[in-house]
Amino acid sequence: MGIEEKAADLGVVTTSLEHVVNWGRTNAMWPLLFGLACCAIEMMGAQSANYDLSRFGMEINRASPRQADLMIVAGRVSRKMAPVVRRLYDQMSDPKWVIAMGDCAACGGIFNNYAIVQGVDEVVPVDVYVAGCPPRPEALIDGIMMLHAKVQREKISGVKEAPITLQHALLQVDVAKK
Amino acid sequence: MTIQIPTPQEIMAPALAGASETMVLNMGPHHPSTHGVLRVVVELDGELVVNLAPDVGFLHTGIEKTMESKTYQKAVVLTDRMDYLAPLSNNLCYALAVEQLMGVEIPERAQVIRVLLVELQRISSHLVWLGTHALDLAAMSVFLYAMREREQILDIFELVSGARMMTSYIRIGGVAYELPADFLPTVDALLQVMPDCIDEYEALLTGNPLWLERTVDVGVVNAEDAVALGLSGANLRATGVPYDVRKALPYCGYETYDFRIPVGKKGDNYDRYRVRMAEMRESVRIARQAWERLCAMPPGDFMTHDRKVAPPPKQEITHSMEALIHHFKLWTEGFKPPVGDSYVSIESPRGVLGCYVVSDGSPKPWRVHFRGPSFINLQALTHMAKGRLMADLVALVASLDPVLGEVDR
Ligand code: SF4
Repeated sequence: MGIEEKAADLGVVTTSLEHVVNWGRTNAMWPLLFGLACCAIEMMGAQSANYDLSRFGMEINRASPRQADLMIVAGRVSRKMAPVVRRLYDQMSDPKWVIAMGDCAACGGIFNNYAIVQGVDEVVPVDVYVAGCPPRPEALIDGIMMLHAKVQREKISGVKEAPITLQHALLQVDVAKK
Repeated sequence: MTIQIPTPQEIMAPALAGASETMVLNMGPHHPSTHGVLRVVVELDGELVVNLAPDVGFLHTGIEKTMESKTYQKAVVLTDRMDYLAPLSNNLCYALAVEQLMGVEIPERAQVIRVLLVELQRISSHLVWLGTHALDLAAMSVFLYAMREREQILDIFELVSGARMMTSYIRIGGVAYELPADFLPTVDALLQVMPDCIDEYEALLTGNPLWLERTVDVGVVNAEDAVALGLSGANLRATGVPYDVRKALPYCGYETYDFRIPVGKKGDNYDRYRVRMAEMRESVRIARQAWERLCAMPPGDFMTHDRKVAPPPKQEITHSMEALIHHFKLWTEGFKPPVGDSYVSIESPRGVLGCYVVSDGSPKPWRVHFRGPSFINLQALTHMAKGRLMADLVALVASLDPVLGEVDR
């Protein structure tokens, strides 16, 4: 019989501060209302009734970067757009995370040319890469769940984990399909 | 009529110099109501829009240039990503242009499949327009309803091609694969519910006083100006000009289908809304006719028999060396259209989508150019928004229905 059990009888739950903070962060993660190209349409799909992203406390898209925690880079980033993306990222308040949604945001996708930035990680640090052109809403949700798991492991001291790689995301998506 | 569209610099310069009484507001490229990455520099007098300059290019993807380094067949994939609400229409336009260049005959059944899918695409594209337009005017629930039916259409695309959005299903010479067995019943189920669903959306909006307040007499363009501005699609038809490429220059056998061209009267936001809603109903009718034709046709013919573009059938490849070599050459090297050029225009959900292909006789196009209706429709924004309230600008952008992927390409 530990002290936890005694305390629980009195209606007190003990836990670590880290756990509570991370729990709070994952369960009300507000994405930035920010669509770039085709992938944004699938992001809209994920938010609508059939896939219902609000199950994970993420239905409120904030149009202002000041109020957002998560930037989902949904689409290809052109050279003209890259400074804008960076600026938006800088305007978001800490802690903040980035999901690169789609092949274009992850690595340039099918556009290996003069116009498209070959992966948004040239401009902002990316936490999770979601593969697909465009990724299915399920894949995006899977990416978000992965990010949630990652945030759960985070230290409040602010040291961030290395990004989850594209390979990993691919694998996860494949498994989810089967 | 001369069109005066200022550049962003022209609007900003006097304000920066402190020489003007008006205020300059920068809207976008990250703004929830610009439907993508459009930047609009607005000169305001209080709440009234004095002048406005659209700044495009934030999504410039270099699609046309990249197509020059792909073989004709492989370039189809790039066309999907242009107007990403209507990938199949883009596929079709490009395929028709190359087919015209090569003089390929397309089997009747492939044509019918194309018509059916493109009409479904028109419905799905209009659904996204409807949802986002209503969302911009703060009617959230319409979006949820519209996306519900859109998912059903995407399921059909997934059934035929394996992809929800970027199907690349319409290829040069026909369509990519045979239709799956449950295609016809699935389409039937959709076409049965669709008219009721459209009634449902209309019940939410058509007589809604708030909706009328925000759309009637907002963004009026008369027919003459619309033609001068080069508007096309529903934006043009809302002004009363019954121009539709499906009737004017029929392709894929549209002349054999029975459908009407809905037109508006005043050319305001409300008319554009009514025209698009009516267009969805017409699309359901066309799709139903195509569905009936497909039911009466034996399976098979989904690709041309012209060996210049179509690979030999599988049985032949396993038996004949020549067929195997031909198949190999077709996919590694590609086919070589004769030297020349061709232009084809189709009625995409957004208007007249044109494709111009120039061939120098090599397996890769020398130049491909698209006439993107969104880009040209966007020209009208300055004309429509001048003198209106700032809040109407949001409604106007939504009502013009530009897809920035197509504007910038
Ligand atoms: S990954 Fe594909 S769907 Fe997404 S933005 Fe790029 S081209 Fe479009």
